[in-house]
Amino acid sequence: MQDQDFQIVSVAMDSDIEAARPWVEEASPTYITLVDQNHLLSSLYNMVNVPQAVWIDESGTIVRPTETGGSIDILREFDPEIGGFKPEAQERAQAAKATYLEAVKDWAVNGSSSRFTFNAQEARAHVETMDDNAAEAHAWFRLGQHLMNHGRQEEADAVFQFCREKHPNSWNIFRQTTEKMETGIAAGEGFWNKVMALGEKAYYKRVDMDGMP
Amino acid sequence: MVTVLTNTSEFECDESEGGLWTSAQEMSSQLDWALKPEGFCQGDTCVPIPSDRVNEFVQDDKVNLSAFWQHLGRPIVSSTGGDITVLGESAGERNDALLSLSAPDFTLPDFNGKLHSLTDFRRQRVLLITWASW
Repeated sequence: MQDQDFQIVSVAMDSDIEAARPWVEEASPTYITLVDQNHLLSSLYNMVNVPQAVWIDESGTIVRPTETGGSIDILREFDPEIGGFKPEAQERAQAAKATYLEAVKDWAVNGSSSRFTFNAQEARAHVETMDDNAAEAHAWFRLGQHLMNHGRQEEADAVFQFCREKHPNSWNIFRQTTEKMETGIAAGEGFWNKVMALGEKAYYKRVDMDGMP
Repeated sequence: MVTVLTNTSEFECDESEGGLWTSAQEMSSQLDWALKPEGFCQGDTCVPIPSDRVNEFVQDDKVNLSAFWQHLGRPIVSSTGGDITVLGESAGERNDALLSLSAPDFTLPDFNGKLHSLTDFRRQRVLLITWASW
């Protein structure tokens, strides 16, 4: 899909580059793959989860602000009896992925005339703003990461705890800084408790795009 | 000495009288804010120094980074022992930047350590997409 007009820039939000490396090596991507150990993009683009996607045009203008890309919120449709997501949830997830991918392809080919790009007014309306606590949490995260890199794990843990309290909506902060399972995935009891506590709130906010389930 | 961290830099600074004091030259090179007759300036933007509080911000050739950062309304956070301080960014400025629709630039390494900036891809459409191992 990439050509001289279109570039995919993928960024791993990973404190530990070595945790992310095997995934990159397995995928051996043809696009640019960067690593963001300090979660700078969370602060710059107000990202609270992964995946998050932003469309940026040739002049550096955002034509689709931070959004969830091709993922949808089906987490609470996990069925322990079948050990997976309910079939109808899986279908919706696949439809969302396909819809988003088609939209990206359309934009890659047609650029600003793609019907999936927002005009300035629409784009602004889709920008989610952050509050002071979130901005402060990003500063604390930078501190925690520095402490961790310098072998001061205990202090780092206390700082990360504070980060999570300051910015409770950030799954990036929560999952990066809480205990991982053996697989390296932060999807243990703490994660599921937090998901279930969401109530009416979405884990992934629905992407506002024609054809999105 | 205090280690000062920003989004993009890390440097050492003297601490005294409750402030982080450094030379105007260091401030200019690390934070991209220059001391000028108009005040502290970044590009064309200048923030005047309150005339009745000049001593809090500038003494001889030294400038008080923490006082200035507070004056900008940006968060400052420190380690318990006070040996590390982060100069953060304010929600208001982050939000204004996003609402301007001008994509905030960044420079990050690839998995071989080579640095790339978003602006390297000007004249291309960029799909910026994040993921994580966790």
